Formats: sequence, C-alpha cells, structure tokens
Amino acid sequence: MTTPEEQVLLGERPVPEAPRRAQDEARTARRERLRLLLRSRTFLAGAAIFNIFVFCAIFGAAVVPYDPLGSPADIANQLQPPSSSHFFGTDQLGRDVFSRVVVGARDILTVAPAATLLGTILGAALGLTTGYFRGTVDDVVMRIVDAFLAIPLVILALVALVALGPSKGTIIVVIGVVFAPIIARTVRAAVLAERDLDYVQAARLRNERAPYVMFAEILPNVMAPIVVEFTVRLGYAIFAIATLSFLGFGVQPPAPDWGVQIKENYIVINGGYWWPTLFPALAIASLVISINLMSDGISRTSQ
Amino acid sequence: MMMNGSRDAAHALEVDRLTVSYQVRGIDRPVLREVSFEIAQGEAYGLVGESGSGKTTVAFAVMNYLPRNGKVTDGAVRLEGQDLTSMRTAEVRQLRATSLSMVYQNPGAALNPSIRVGDQLAEAFELLGAGKDEAEERSEAMLKKVQISDPGRVMRRYPHQLSGGMQQRVVIAMALAKDPTLLILDEPTTGLDATVEAEVLDLVAALREEFATSVLFISHNLAVIAKMCERVGVLYAGRLVEEGPGSEVFRDPRHPYTVGLLRCIPRGGVRKDETPLDTIPGFPPRLGAEIKGCVFAPRCGLVRDVCRQEEPPLYALGDRRTSRCHFHQEAHTLPWNAPRQLIPARHENGAPLLALEKAAKTYRQDGQDVRALSDVSLGIKPGEVLGLVGESGSGKTTLARVLLGLTSPDPGTELELAGTPLAAKVQNRSREQVRALQVVFQNPDAALNRRFSVRRILGRAVTKLRGLRGRERDARIRELAHSVRFEEGLLSARPSQLSGGLKQRVAIARAFAGDPRIVLCDEPTSALDVSVQAAILNLLAELQSREGVTYLFISHDLGVVRYISDRIAVLYLGRLMELGDAETVFNPPHHPYTEALLSAVPNIEGAERPRIRLEGEIPSAAEPPSGCVFHTRCPRFLGAICEEEEPPLAEVEPGHFMRCHIPVEELRVLQTEPPSARYQSKTTS
Repeated sequence: MTTPEEQVLLGERPVPEAPRRAQDEARTARRERLRLLLRSRTFLAGAAIFNIFVFCAIFGAAVVPYDPLGSPADIANQLQPPSSSHFFGTDQLGRDVFSRVVVGARDILTVAPAATLLGTILGAALGLTTGYFRGTVDDVVMRIVDAFLAIPLVILALVALVALGPSKGTIIVVIGVVFAPIIARTVRAAVLAERDLDYVQAARLRNERAPYVMFAEILPNVMAPIVVEFTVRLGYAIFAIATLSFLGFGVQPPAPDWGVQIKENYIVINGGYWWPTLFPALAIASLVISINLMSDGISRTSQ
Repeated sequence: MMMNGSRDAAHALEVDRLTVSYQVRGIDRPVLREVSFEIAQGEAYGLVGESGSGKTTVAFAVMNYLPRNGKVTDGAVRLEGQDLTSMRTAEVRQLRATSLSMVYQNPGAALNPSIRVGDQLAEAFELLGAGKDEAEERSEAMLKKVQISDPGRVMRRYPHQLSGGMQQRVVIAMALAKDPTLLILDEPTTGLDATVEAEVLDLVAALREEFATSVLFISHNLAVIAKMCERVGVLYAGRLVEEGPGSEVFRDPRHPYTVGLLRCIPRGGVRKDETPLDTIPGFPPRLGAEIKGCVFAPRCGLVRDVCRQEEPPLYALGDRRTSRCHFHQEAHTLPWNAPRQLIPARHENGAPLLALEKAAKTYRQDGQDVRALSDVSLGIKPGEVLGLVGESGSGKTTLARVLLGLTSPDPGTELELAGTPLAAKVQNRSREQVRALQVVFQNPDAALNRRFSVRRILGRAVTKLRGLRGRERDARIRELAHSVRFEEGLLSARPSQLSGGLKQRVAIARAFAGDPRIVLCDEPTSALDVSVQAAILNLLAELQSREGVTYLFISHDLGVVRYISDRIAVLYLGRLMELGDAETVFNPPHHPYTEALLSAVPNIEGAERPRIRLEGEIPSAAEPPSGCVFHTRCPRFLGAICEEEEPPLAEVEPGHFMRCHIPVEELRVLQTEPPSARYQSKTTS
C-alpha cells in the first residue's frame, strides 16, 4: 500500500471514499437482485405452488390418509365421487385419488429434474464446443441437431423406450438426450456472442487450452441463458414424462404417477366419472405453470 | 440575468434552472441541478462534459424525451418563450414535428433498417403536409443540400448500404427537413473517422448559415465544440460549472474543472518529452449523490473550507461569462496533480525487436478477395513506441492481430522476434514468445472476464505466463496492482464494479504480468474520458520507461499518437504510406494522406490551419484503386502516373519512408506555402 504522500508523488491523490465504494456497490447490487426476485409477484406465486409439490414429494407418503397403492378391499369402494372422506374421490380400483396425486409428486419431481439436468449438461457441453470451435465441427454437429429436431420428440422417445425397456433410468436418459440438442442451440448462440470478445482473445494470447477457455472463461458468462433454458425445459420434461406414462411407455402401474392415473381412468370419463382424471391433470398443469412463473421471474430479474 | 427574459424572443431556447431526477430503485436521484443557459436565434451553443455529467439528459429534457423513470422536478425549458415542460403530450409532439430536431450519435441506429432512405426522408416532409411527389422532390433537394452527390441513387438504398458518414448526412437531412428552430446534435461525429468527421462538421457549419437554425451541440470533444460553437457551457456532475464564449473559455478557463480538463488533453502537438499531461484526481460523484458545497470540491486542488460548506453561485464575470467557483479568479493557479515528469523520446538504431516482412492478409468475403493488409514491412526497435495511425478499414487491427498470432497472414509473410522466426499462430509459439508479446485492448469491458475477480484475472496471467503459484503468485499480483496504481483493496472486485479507468489499469496490469518485451496497445484510451485518458497515457509512458518495454501504439487520435510515439507509421487501405520519427511525420514534408489526416483534426485553440478535405469514402479493400491506392482521394494528385503505377515505399530522408510519386522536395515546398499559392501550384502541376 502506498501512503497518501507517495500517491501524490506517484501522480494521484486518492479520494478517501473511493476504494470502499466498489465493494459496497457489489453487495448492494446482489442484494438488490435478490430483493427484486423476492418482490416479483410472478416468481413468488410460482415458488409458492412449487413448494407445495415439493412438500408432497418429500412428506406426502407419510401424511396421506390412505395407501396410494390401495388394497384388494378397496374394490368395493370404486368410483366414489369427492367427499369429506375422499377429497378427490376414488378411482376404478377404489383407491383414494387424493393420496395418489399427492404421492405421485415424488416420481415426477425426481425424474423430470434429473432428465432436464442431464439434457442441460449435455446440451451446454455440445453448445460450448460447437460455438467455440465453429467451422466444420459446428457445421456437422448442427446439421445433425437440425435433423434430430425434425423428428417429433415423443416418437423418438417411444422408439428408445421400446428398445431399452421402460424404467426411471431409461426415461431420464431418453428425455435428457432428446433435450440436449435443443439446449445446445441456445447455448451455442450465447457462446458465439462471447467468443469474439477480447477476454477470450486474451486467454488465447496466454496459450490457454480450449477446454479451459470454454469451461472456465466462457461458461460462467453464459450461465444466465442456461438457467433460464433449464427452467423452461423442466416444464416440458414434466409434460413429456406424463405423456409417455399415458402412452404406457413411462412409469409403470401401479405407481401413483399422474400420467398413469390419467391413462387408467380416462375411459370412464364418458360415464360421468371425471374426478380420477381431472385431479392428476390439474396437478400436472399447476406444476408446469408454477415452474413457468418462476422461470419468468428469474429471466426478468436477471436482465 | 438568468431569471428574467422568459419572454425574450431573441432566445431560441432558454433552459431555466432545469432540475431533472431519475428514479432508480425507488429513490429519486437528481442528475441535473439548476442548469440554466440560453441559445440566441441562429447561435450554436456547445455543451461539454465527461460521461455521466448529464449532457444527454439536457438534450432529452429539451426534447421532452426523458426515459420513463426521469422527470423534470424543477425549472423550465422554453422554446421561443413557450414552456415545454408544462405542455401536453399532443402539443409537444406537434412541436417536435415542426420546430425541434435531434441528431443522435449512432446514425445506423437512428435510421430504420428496413425502409429505403428516400421513403424515410419523404416521411418527414409528408408529416408537414406535403404530397407524395412533392415530398420526394423535396427529399432529393434536401439530400443535395447535405452534399450527397447522387441523391437519386442514395434514396433507393437501405441505410446499411451507406457508410457511416453518409448515414449521418441522411439523418441531418431528416432533422433539417422541417427547418427547425432548434437542432440538437448529440455527439454527431463521435463514431466517425477523422476525415469524415471533418466533412460532417463542415457540412453542419454550412447548413447553419443557410438555415439560420439555432444549434445545441453536445460533445465530449472540446476541440469539436471549440470549432463549431460560439458559446460553451461546461457540465460537471449535473451542474453547469462554467459558461462563456468558446474561444475564451478554452483560452482562459475560470473554473478549476475546465482548467484541469484542458491540461489532460494532448493538444497543440505536445509530446511526452516536452510537456507532461495532467490528470484530475479521484472520481466524479456518483449519479445523484447528495453533495454539500461545491460539486468539484473533492477533486479540486484549490479547495478551501468554504468550498465544502457552501455551494458557489454562478459568478458573473462580465462579457456573458459565468463560473461556479468561489475562487474563479485563481482558477488558473490550480496546482498540477500529476508530477511534471518528462519521458525521454527514444531514437534507437539497433536491430528491430519485432520485424514484419511483406505482411499480407487476404480475407475471403462473399466470393471476393479483400486485401486487409498488403506488403507491409515494418521493424519495431527495442524500447521505442511505434505509433500506428489510419482510418477505419486501413488494416491497423489486422496488423495487430497478425503480430499477436490471432489471425494467420497470407503465406509469404515473415515474422521475427528478436532475430528468431515467430510462428504465425499463437498456439505454435514458444512460451517465451507468448510471454514476450502481450496486448492491451480498446474496450476494457470486453477484455476482462466479467465473472472473474481482478485477483483471478491477474492471477491466471501470472500463473500461466510466469509459472508462479501460491505465495509468489499473490506477491506478484500485488506488485502488478501497485505498478498500475490499483488499490489492493479492490482486488476482489469484479470488473463491473470498477470505473472505466480502473478496468483499463487491470487490463494493463494483465499485459505486464509476464514481463513482456512488446505490448500492443490497440486504441487503449479511446473508450475513456479525457481526464482518465491522460492518467492512462501517463501510466503507459511511465511503465514503458521503467520496464523498458516496446509499444506498438494503435490509435485514431492523432494528438494521442503524437504525444506518446517515438516513430509513427501511417496505414491506408492496408498499405504503409509513411513511416518516420514522430516529428518528421507530423511536420512537412509529409505524405498527402498524412497531411489530410492532420488537417481534418479540429484543435481547441481554434486556429485555422490550411484545410484539406478528402472527398468521398475510403475505397473498398475488395476493389482497391489501381496504381497508388490513395489517388482517388489525393489532394495532390499528379496525373496518370498515380493511376497506373503504385509508388514504392522510398526512404526520402534518413529514417523517413514515404509511398508517393511526388518528390519530397516538391512536397516540402507545396506543404509550407500559404494555401492560396498552394492551390495555384496544384493546378499548374
């Protein structure tokens, strides 16, 4: 540290409050961003709904009034309308719909985030590589991605699940792989804007290796679009998993999965038995909406 | 004087105690405080100030275009006696359609990219009630007035097909379409090259005479203001600190801020070995900070107790001059902030440290070969500062990237560092060579990773280039921070928390992390305010003389290049046009292109130099002119030989190289003659 006298000699008198200023400002800015997020009604509404489902996923099995898998005796109780003993009524096998919806949150809230995370990691790595190297690598990979995106997601997932056999692990891998190219595109666009900035040139002038430049220098600067993309994809993943279960290739009965419940009960809607289908459907919709609300709030405050 | 005259018809614009606040995070932050000035009919008023001083806010307040979080909290803006701040939206719109015009800094963004130029311009006339055909006719006439030689063709084009200078002419034409009472020009030439800037400024001056429009000219460039405006106001931290006739304010400033600002600018051909640059200590106050007393007190060398207690009023100094300083009569005694140290110029003779032989670079673009560099041979001698000047598109940056190994030159190019060949690609260079050659980029915002702390930015360079770790690494980081006078306490800050000057210091420290032998400075000060620029130039000069490094200093600012360089190379269309000692290049005889460049730069003293204007645009590097590439714009064009034969780069005097057919003795005579005689000799030659 130089003394003030020395600094005068060196050519600059410091303004006393100047040095502290920057750090204070940093802290305030971060706190400010958090405060903005917590003041964002969109985010708060989303987070409130989402937390209800998280609670169901963790403690649901312990607090529900009936066994979600039911028992042979339940059959006598089939298709009871919603009442004070069965809030959401019972299904064709006489199982409590409320218990099944609550406990069903667990599967979806483990499989969907895991699949999305896998897709995001794969996609980010792919996007960083193609965006950073450009040239032939980029051309080839992006054409493959284009071809991949032309095939409907569900068909692709179906083929893979049939080949590999349905299980939670397969669902995670299949959805992750299907999402990766979509996420790769977003990441690649962000990387293209970054790679021409002078800090990347400066890294090259230190002879840094490509993986360091990509993952240590560029990646932190493209995290914002990656986080937003993750939340958006999470919503889609929930839909995709429910769809696959509905088609019979996802989670297998008798697991209390929402897609499975809809599949098992939609046939009886025509008979006026709407409750075993409606409540799991509402659960899917509200979970997806809550994630979208949070994603909106995050992307708006991160600008 | 400031209070009365609200109905004075002599004033086109009267800004009266204007106070503007921006609401940021729920708190009102005043950005303009009691700013008062008036512009007479037909007068040009210049507003100067550094970034954050509130210049543009004044313009927006006058236009009634304040951003949504901004509001006029006090005072008035009167256009020919009508108060704009209390008007209804519809009335203001009417006024903007008929009497108020604004020209922005970036003409590319001011024009709609998807509408043809002619249609956009015609719209302005249609708004005034002209029919379609009439509007088109008048548009064409207007484009002629802004000196567009082929208006019919330009009207059918889209904005992106025009050069920056042409775009700005179109914007000016649009602004003048309504024959406005007041024309606001907000940094109208900041993004343009020197020769284009000179043309646009000439045009604005000529149009002012024709239209008798009052002008509010906003710029950070004091020389441009001095050239264009009769009266000048100096804005600092949202307050007008000094006002008066331009020539007098800059010759005999009466506010310490103006005094300090003028001392920061390398002007009038000052050089580092003759006149030092001063700096202004500290930082400007934060946006909307509450300040007791004089706003400039924390940075003022003349500060006394009363300055911290009482805000100085605007002292009237006679002759329509005012100063907001308690001690305005002593302003010129402001002590120097920077040490008045002189840095010796170097005239080395040894073998070059970095040599470039027959460098060429051809880009393939839309099926055309674009020759960004062509046959450039250049040696940088150890310990010198070689300045590289040229307009945009001259190949300055390509040359730098070739030297750095970021762009591969065409085969045949030879690079040598200290006598050993240097690989074209940075990946193929030895660690010693990588260490030896470092760079300071133009824009520190882009050059520093915004997610890293300063410590991490410097630390990585230290580890990678010097191989230091742990404690040694930390010691070196502190040493670097100290050498660029960067507070150690700020090492954990991220770039976004630092001012532009501090960021550039970090970038410089990073360049010096591995004890380089050559540092390429690519426009290192052009993104900075003048007072910060002076501090950075002083720092670079000091580091150079202390560490004995060599600089290749690229800049479009001739004053800066002249100040810091020992030798200067002038590039035009990828070719080296002139090379020699700084003073040799800046004094006649010089290459006609250098002559034109020098003549294009306005100076604060306002002294008129013999003016040479280059006509037209820089030709495209895809289709360079035959013979001498400069012949299409050369003010001293000889004849057929220039069109047919490319002149060699000849040594016309010891150490002075020039690429021109005109014999140097003839150039010497031509360039030292008075302008009128010169004109005749040109026509006879």
